[in-house]
Amino acid sequence: MWRRYLMWFAQEHVDFRHAEMQSILSLFNIQIRYIEKPCIQKPYWIVELPSEDCLRKIASRSVLIKNCIELWSRARSEIQLHKNLQNSLKNTSGTWILQESMNGTSDLHVCPKEMIETYCSSKKTFKVDVETFCKHYTMTEKVKKIEGFSYLPLEGPVQLKNPDVTLSYIEFYGTDPNNVPEEPYDVFFGRWVVDGQRDLIQVHSLKKRHFIGNTSMDAQLSIIMANQAQVKSGDVILDPFVGSGSLFVSAAHFGAYVWGSDIDFMMLHARTRPTRVGQKVRTKEESIRANMKQYGIESKYLDVLVSDFSLPLWRDDLKFDAIITDPPYGVREPTEKIGIERDNYTLTDEHLVNHIPSKVEYGLPHMYSDLLNFAAKHLEMGRRLVCWYPLVREKYFSMGEITRRERKEKRAEEMAANAARKEKEYQNRISDNT
Amino acid sequence: MKLITHNMLTSKCIKGVLTGFPLAINATDIKIKEVDFNSEFITRVIPKLDWEVLWCAANSIGHSDGLPKTIEPKFEEDEEFLKKAHHVLLEIEVEEGHLTCPESGRQFPISKGIPNMLLTEAEVQ
Repeated sequence: MWRRYLMWFAQEHVDFRHAEMQSILSLFNIQIRYIEKPCIQKPYWIVELPSEDCLRKIASRSVLIKNCIELWSRARSEIQLHKNLQNSLKNTSGTWILQESMNGTSDLHVCPKEMIETYCSSKKTFKVDVETFCKHYTMTEKVKKIEGFSYLPLEGPVQLKNPDVTLSYIEFYGTDPNNVPEEPYDVFFGRWVVDGQRDLIQVHSLKKRHFIGNTSMDAQLSIIMANQAQVKSGDVILDPFVGSGSLFVSAAHFGAYVWGSDIDFMMLHARTRPTRVGQKVRTKEESIRANMKQYGIESKYLDVLVSDFSLPLWRDDLKFDAIITDPPYGVREPTEKIGIERDNYTLTDEHLVNHIPSKVEYGLPHMYSDLLNFAAKHLEMGRRLVCWYPLVREKYFSMGEITRRERKEKRAEEMAANAARKEKEYQNRISDNT
Repeated sequence: MKLITHNMLTSKCIKGVLTGFPLAINATDIKIKEVDFNSEFITRVIPKLDWEVLWCAANSIGHSDGLPKTIEPKFEEDEEFLKKAHHVLLEIEVEEGHLTCPESGRQFPISKGIPNMLLTEAEVQ
C-alpha cells in the first residue's frame, strides 16, 4: 500500500527544491504521487510513496528536506484535526477516508485505525513534538497542545530522549513573519520518520574547513550540486575548475572518486594569500587533500593537476560519471588561459626555469562552449554536467524582483552587487552512433 | 600523482602532438599511502584503463611486483588481483619527479604530488 507523507523543507534555496528532488527521485528510480501540487511558496509537500524505504532513501540525500512525517491527519484547524484523529480510531475500513478538493486543503482526512494502533503498544516509548511555523509558543502553551491529544491510546512510557516513536504536531501560520494570522492555515499530525541532511551543512561548514579560497562553494550548495549530478558510490567525477576543492567534499561524501584540475598553481599548492580574516600565512595543513582527510574521505581523492582547461589533457576515450564545477566568472576569480598578445614571442632557456606563463582573457562564451563540448565528449551517456553560470541581474529581473531576491538568496551574496549566477544542469543526451 | 591518473593523462596540449600517450614517468620520490579498498570501484575502473600502460608505468618505477601483465576474463571474481590493482592504482604516489611527452620530449614537473601540465605562452602561440 502506498503511504502518505509530509515532507518538510527548509525555506531557503527554494529555487532548487524541485531540481534536487527530481534528481534524487530519478537517481533511485522512485515513483511519487503528489497529493498537492508541489510548490516553493509553502515549506511542505504532501506526497505518496510506495514504501517507507523510498522515503528514507530520499532523506538520505536531500539537504533541503528538514524532516519527513508519516501523515496521520491534516486539517485547517486544531479542532477539526482532533475530530479527524478521533474518527480515525473508529476507522476500521483499512483505508483512508478522504475528501480531496482541487485546492488541496480539505478538512476530512481520516487515516485507517491500524496506522495509529501499530505505534501505540505499551512497550513503545514515545514523545510528542510541537512545531509552530512562523509563530512562537511558550513551553506551557505547547504542553497544553500536547495534552489535547490525550484521547490517543498511547500506552507506552514517555521518553524525551531517543523514544521509539516520535509523534509530530505542526501548525503552519504562513511564511510572512510580518503578517501572522491568529489561527493557523494548516495543521498536521503524524509520526516522524526521518530527518534530511541539514546536519551535513554544519559538518561541512566552510567556517571549520582547513583549506578554503576566495570563492569556495558553500557547503549546502555543494551538496545540492552533488545531488543534481546524481553522484553515487563508486562514480568518477571531475571538477575542471577545482580551486580549493569545495565541490570534492560533497561528491566524495556520497561515495564518488574525484579528479580536479585548475590553472592556478598557487591555489592547488595552497600558497595563495589566506582567505580568512586575520590569518597572515597559510598553515602546513592547508590543502585540498587535507580537507578530504578532515572529513574522513581521503580515500576518494584521486588527484589534482595544474592545467589549462582550454587545452586537451585527458585521454580521448576517458568517460566521467559526472562533471561538477564552478568556473570563474571574471569577477572574483579571473577567467584566464595561457597566452600572450605579442606575436613571435620566445623564451630563452635561462628564463624557462621557474617561469610563470603569462595569461590572456578566456572569454566566458568561449569557456562555456569548451565546457559543453568537453562534457559531450567525456561524460558517460545520460550523466550530467552541473555548473554555475553568471548572469547580469538587471538584464534578467525587474527592480522589484532584485530587492526581493537580494534578501532571499544567499547565493546572490557571493557575487558582485550587479550580478547573480544560475545553476545549470546539463544531461548528456548526445546519441552514441558508434 | 597516482598511477590511475597517469593512465588517463596525455600531453596533447602541445602543438603537433597527436596522442601524447603514455607519458614516461621519472620519479625521484615515491610514497606509499594507504587507501581504503573498494572492490566495486576497482571493478568499474579496470575496463577504463589501458592495462599495458599501467603495467609498464608500475614497472618503470619499480612497483610491478606480482601485477599480471594481462587481465584475466573473470578478473572481478579474483579478490587478490583486485587488491593488487587497487594498490598499484591508488596507493603508489609519485611525489616528486617529472612526466615526459612520448612525441616531443617536453617535460612536465611533478611537485608535492601535483603534476604541472601548463605550457608556456611561447608554446601555445
